Amino acid sequence: MYKLTYKQYFEALKEGKLLGLKCNDCGSYTAPPKLCCDKCGSTNNEVVTLSGKGVIKTFTVIRVAPEGYDAPYIVAMAELEEGPWLMGNIANVDPDKAKMDNIIGKKVTVGAKVLPKMNYTPDEGVTPAFIIAE
Amino acid sequence: MRKVAIMGVGMTKFGPTEKSQVELFAEAAMEAINASNIKTKDVQALFLGNGLGDFEEGQLNLAGFCANELGLPPETTAMRFEGACASASVAIRNAFLLVASGAYDIVVAGGTERAFSMGTSLATRTFAMGTDSKYEEFSGLTFPGVFAMLAHLYANKYNIPLPKLKERMAMVAVKNHKNGAKNPLAQFQKEITVETVLKGFVVADPLQLFDCCPFSDGGAAVVITTDEIAKKHVEKPVYILGAGQGSAGSLCRQKDYTIMPSRIASAKQAYKMAGVGPKDINMAEVHDCFTIAEIVLLENLGFYDFGTASEAVEKGETEIGGKIAINPSGGLKAKGHPVGATGAAQVYEIVKQLRGECGARQVENAKIGMTDTLGGDAGTIVNLILGIQK
Repeated sequence: MYKLTYKQYFEALKEGKLLGLKCNDCGSYTAPPKLCCDKCGSTNNEVVTLSGKGVIKTFTVIRVAPEGYDAPYIVAMAELEEGPWLMGNIANVDPDKAKMDNIIGKKVTVGAKVLPKMNYTPDEGVTPAFIIAE
Repeated sequence: MRKVAIMGVGMTKFGPTEKSQVELFAEAAMEAINASNIKTKDVQALFLGNGLGDFEEGQLNLAGFCANELGLPPETTAMRFEGACASASVAIRNAFLLVASGAYDIVVAGGTERAFSMGTSLATRTFAMGTDSKYEEFSGLTFPGVFAMLAHLYANKYNIPLPKLKERMAMVAVKNHKNGAKNPLAQFQKEITVETVLKGFVVADPLQLFDCCPFSDGGAAVVITTDEIAKKHVEKPVYILGAGQGSAGSLCRQKDYTIMPSRIASAKQAYKMAGVGPKDINMAEVHDCFTIAEIVLLENLGFYDFGTASEAVEKGETEIGGKIAINPSGGLKAKGHPVGATGAAQVYEIVKQLRGECGARQVENAKIGMTDTLGGDAGTIVNLILGIQK
């Protein structure tokens, strides 16, 4: 039933390929993947490789981290060229220098960061790591 | 649908405790049962909100233990409801629906939590489990992080300079601490100033310590029944006029979450059922888990136009005695936020307010009150509208 599971999405992301779904009914894109089109609910989707380019919409610097993570680090959301938003880290900015005017609206490419299996996770984790264009 | 009312309500003091989750709930529930002038044997079902009991005490399946602790008979239906921070509100809404439909006549609903005991590191991790564990949690996103990003999104969208927005956010904390100082059950009963907030350490840019609600322990419960039964047992039944619930997926799929469709949908259901609109609400107990959260929800519930609520806060319109009293109890910010109990504590406050029992923090002439509870990053939203007239 699934065209693209989270595991397949993670494996591709690790290889530098951002996968998503394109809806054959309404034409919109869904990423990260789910069972149906995020806009119209259709299951008539095909797996596509997305451009991996986007713009940062918002961010924060986490200074009190959950168990298993070391602060400080930047968490941000980027809007992809194809429309979906992704949650991830920003890889190439010093957290202490991150301000609204040098982060929000900046163009990024999507890379990946791999996290080892930890308590309460079934396997290793993969998260988008945004790289702000120089 | 039968007309549904709340009889007695009960609540423990919020804050660090040496009581177990079962003890916290039993204490609140017994207070509510006694205040309802009924016997425990009259209770047919117990609906328990609980978020993270598994991590806090290694305890699953809490509802049965709570029923037994209270001496309820073996035929009692006892169930746990989990909707992250909205767990108790989900339990109460289900109690309302099942009493309205005739399935039960008397239900005890509420919640319990012992989050403080986890410590910051584990609590931050387990709270973050309310975000998408596949697509968002691996970024190290925390709940302060979710609302910190919301503050940046809001400032950027409405072109409010961040220092100005932060000052107005601080005023939310100041107001809620001012109200909490008059609530003997609040975790923090101490007034603060804007300077206190702006001097705190940064938790997640731009949120500082006093922009955030605390980790808390506590229990709260209400007795829900029919109009007919309520009138026989208590002098002032409080009616559930409307109830709504909405849902949403990962935060990234919600995109610009200054507008939360799940909250708008939930509020719309509640308003429609009650036959009222935002202008008819005299006071509300709302989900101020972070200062920016209170500003954004005021707009999503329809109390203010989008982009204008922070200014209303600055003008004092959300104070007790203002245009609409928001969080007269002190809110999650000052009263505390024992996740699974929070929604029931909100209902507790509205019931007490409508009955005129709130002393120094009483909202005068309040006829209709509303609750708003958010679970996860808007994955679960519940709104209840309560009134003293049917």
